[in-house]
Amino acid sequence: MLSSFLPPLLGGALIGLSASLLLLANGRVAGISGIVGSLLAPVRGDISWRVLFLGGLLTGGLLLAWLRPGSFAPPASLSVGGVGLLVAAGLLVGFGSRLGNGCTSGHGVCGISRGSVRSIAATLTFMATGVLTVFLIRHVL
Amino acid sequence: MRSNISAFLSGLLFAIGLGISGMTNPANVLGFLDVAGDWDFRLAFVMGGAIAVHAALRPLIHQRERPLFAAKFPALSASGVDRKLLVGAGLFGVGWGLGGYCPGPALTSLTTGATQLLVFVPAMFAGMVLARVPWARRMS
Repeated sequence: MLSSFLPPLLGGALIGLSASLLLLANGRVAGISGIVGSLLAPVRGDISWRVLFLGGLLTGGLLLAWLRPGSFAPPASLSVGGVGLLVAAGLLVGFGSRLGNGCTSGHGVCGISRGSVRSIAATLTFMATGVLTVFLIRHVL
Repeated sequence: MRSNISAFLSGLLFAIGLGISGMTNPANVLGFLDVAGDWDFRLAFVMGGAIAVHAALRPLIHQRERPLFAAKFPALSASGVDRKLLVGAGLFGVGWGLGGYCPGPALTSLTTGATQLLVFVPAMFAGMVLARVPWARRMS
C-alpha cells in the first residue's frame, strides 16, 4: 500500500526541489510551458538558461530511459485516428498553456505554492476540463 | 555560466522527479483524471509533494535580497483571474485529458523516441506558436 504512494510523493518532492533550485539560483519560476514557449520568440540575453533547462529535462529523460525504462509508456503503433487525437491533444496543450500563461508546473506547483489566486483558478479549471474530457471519452462516447 | 549550470541541474531534477512520480506515463495521468471509473488518485501525491516542498522552501529563499545568480526575483502577475487565463487553462485541460501528456512529461519522454511523442510534441509547439498570433490574443 505504502509502496504505491511513495514514488509519486518522492517524485513530487524532487519536482518541488527543482522549482526551488531554479528560484534560488536563477530567480525564475519553473513553469515548463513558459520556459520552453518563450524560446519560440527568443529575447536576447534570456535564451541560454532556457535552453540549458530544456537540455537538463531531455538529459533526465535519457537517464530515465536507461535506468528506469518502465517510467515511460511503450512505443505505440498509431492508427490514423490515434495520430489525429494526439495532434489535437498537442495543439490544445500548447495553445492553452500559452494562452493561460502556464501549465501543470507553473500554475499547479509554483503558483499554488505561493498562494496565487490566478494559479488556483487555472488549476481548478484545467483539472475540471481534463476530468470532463476523460469522462466523455471513457464513459459516454 | 553558473546560472546555466543551475538551470541545467534544475531541468535534470525536474525530469527525474517526473519519471519517478509516474507522470511520464500517460496511462497514470488518464487514470487520475478518470474519477468516474477505477480512479487512480496516486498522482495527487505528486502535486501534493511538490507543493509541500516548494511552499516550505520559498519563504526561506525569499529571505535573500536577490537570487544567487540573477538580479531579482520574478515579478508576480498583476492581473487577476481573467477570461484569457480561464479559456487557456480550460483548453489545456481538454488536451491533457485527450493525450495524457502535459508539457514537462511530454518533453522528458521525447528522448525515448516513441511514436506518440514524435506526433504530440511538434503539435504542442505548433499550438504554442498559434497562441502568439494576434487573433488568439484578441479572442479573449
